Amino acid sequence: MAAGDLEVQLISPTQFAKEKVQALQEYALLVGQALANLFRRPLYVTDMIQQADLIGVGSLPIVILTGGFTGAVLALNSASTLSRFGSLTLIAQLVSVGMVTELGPVITGLMVAGRNASGMASELGSMNVTEQIDAMRALGTDPTKKLVTPRVVATVIMLFFLTIISDLLGLAGGNMVSTLLLGLDSRQYWTSAWQSLVWRDVTTGLIKPVLFGFVISTVGCYFGMSTRGGTQGVGRSTTQAVVVASVLILVVDFFVTKLLIALLGYR
Amino acid sequence: MPSPTLPLETAAADTRQPSAEAIRFEDVSLAYDDRRVLDSISFRLPHGETKAIFGVAGSGKSTLLKLALGLIKPDSGRIYVLGEEVTQMSENDLFKLRAQIGMVFQESALFDSFTVRENVAFRLMEEGNVSEDEIERRVREALSFVELEHTVDMFPAELSGGMRRRVAIARAIITQPEILLYDSPTGALDPVTSTTIVELIVKQRDVYKTSSLLVTHRLQDAFIMATHAFDRKANKMVALASGTRCEVPMAFLILREGKVIFDGDLDELAKCKDEYIREYIS
Repeated sequence: MAAGDLEVQLISPTQFAKEKVQALQEYALLVGQALANLFRRPLYVTDMIQQADLIGVGSLPIVILTGGFTGAVLALNSASTLSRFGSLTLIAQLVSVGMVTELGPVITGLMVAGRNASGMASELGSMNVTEQIDAMRALGTDPTKKLVTPRVVATVIMLFFLTIISDLLGLAGGNMVSTLLLGLDSRQYWTSAWQSLVWRDVTTGLIKPVLFGFVISTVGCYFGMSTRGGTQGVGRSTTQAVVVASVLILVVDFFVTKLLIALLGYR
Repeated sequence: MPSPTLPLETAAADTRQPSAEAIRFEDVSLAYDDRRVLDSISFRLPHGETKAIFGVAGSGKSTLLKLALGLIKPDSGRIYVLGEEVTQMSENDLFKLRAQIGMVFQESALFDSFTVRENVAFRLMEEGNVSEDEIERRVREALSFVELEHTVDMFPAELSGGMRRRVAIARAIITQPEILLYDSPTGALDPVTSTTIVELIVKQRDVYKTSSLLVTHRLQDAFIMATHAFDRKANKMVALASGTRCEVPMAFLILREGKVIFDGDLDELAKCKDEYIREYIS
């Protein structure tokens, strides 16, 4: 490659910064429109239900599997450490708090991001590069109202319920390991798991999926709606949507946890 | 191509002011990055007129249509559509204006997850106050106009390129808009299918007398339109006698490097001495 070619391909730091700021601005605008559309008619309830089915019911198998195995492996890994201190009975408490406050929301969020942020980016991206989004605008319909808002609402609602299912399956997975492999009493496990949970844990565990659902859907829709460059561009948008949504879930998780600790205090 | 008998007695009689304009561009300029696409473009489309826009690839033809619809904003200049200045309108106000404009996109831009029925009915369904029976009747009528009634339950992927264009035309005309914008409706089609599409456009022009902008790089399409008219009795497109012009005015606009180099009717085009235009139309 000649030096001249390299020069053409490199982007100046100023231009790079401008592009990132512009992307952030466009994302903020899309988020604002998606939220404002909740108060404007029509609401596209049918589209919301359809998306809820695709996102919620469609993601159920992976959420059941990942939730169940995460709880099981958490119990398995904790067992050796706890047994060293003679505290194997605390395993239910550990699995319960770990799943409900942290692993349930995050693992479910990452799974749904992998499955649905990519789906939204590729679907809307394909519509964009084939001028279907422009056609929708030309036909007098607001694409953010018809395509973005239903996806945001459906993801937020369904991720909330998927996380509850994941938490429950995680506890069940932990129970299986505790009773079948470690010989603990099942009734004692469930009692301990239930009693160890406090209001703060449940609140934390249920606020997170709402925020994660919002991040997943808005990021997926943003990359889809801003897709350029044909099929290659669709592929690029899909990858970017999954990567950005996954990273943002972990970043948001940290800050939300910190904020909730500040507001609700430590256990 | 013989066309079916249509319920066209309700076709719009042109009651608008003959001098009123459907579209007016005033010194419109647009650049993408450092490339100037349109350079001080000015032209007007009177009500009821059909204007064919020519130009080589990349001369800004399709951009003109997107500007007229308000899908993109110009860097400078003003655009008036049906008396409204689209360059100053918000997106929400533009949605209302666009309800009076039909657009046929270059690659049809049909919604690929919808059936032909849902595509054609999209605008009516979005209006929300049209009954199911009325939607079905108007979908059938629009599809009958483009002779594709049998495709009503098919998906766009199951249609040929020419059929997709015809469905796109049906979707554009279902609400009988005041303005129609065609973006290369015959692009990448074989000559026979192209003639079918041109006949549909002529039929739409002569029956409904809708003001239209037609972007094309196929001169023969525009010349066929200028020299033919739709005979409602024979229900097909027929050539006009030599020296006669069709009832609906037809004009031509040629773009070169983002500038308008010709804007006039067929007679003026034939008399034009400009070397580039002579070469272009030869």
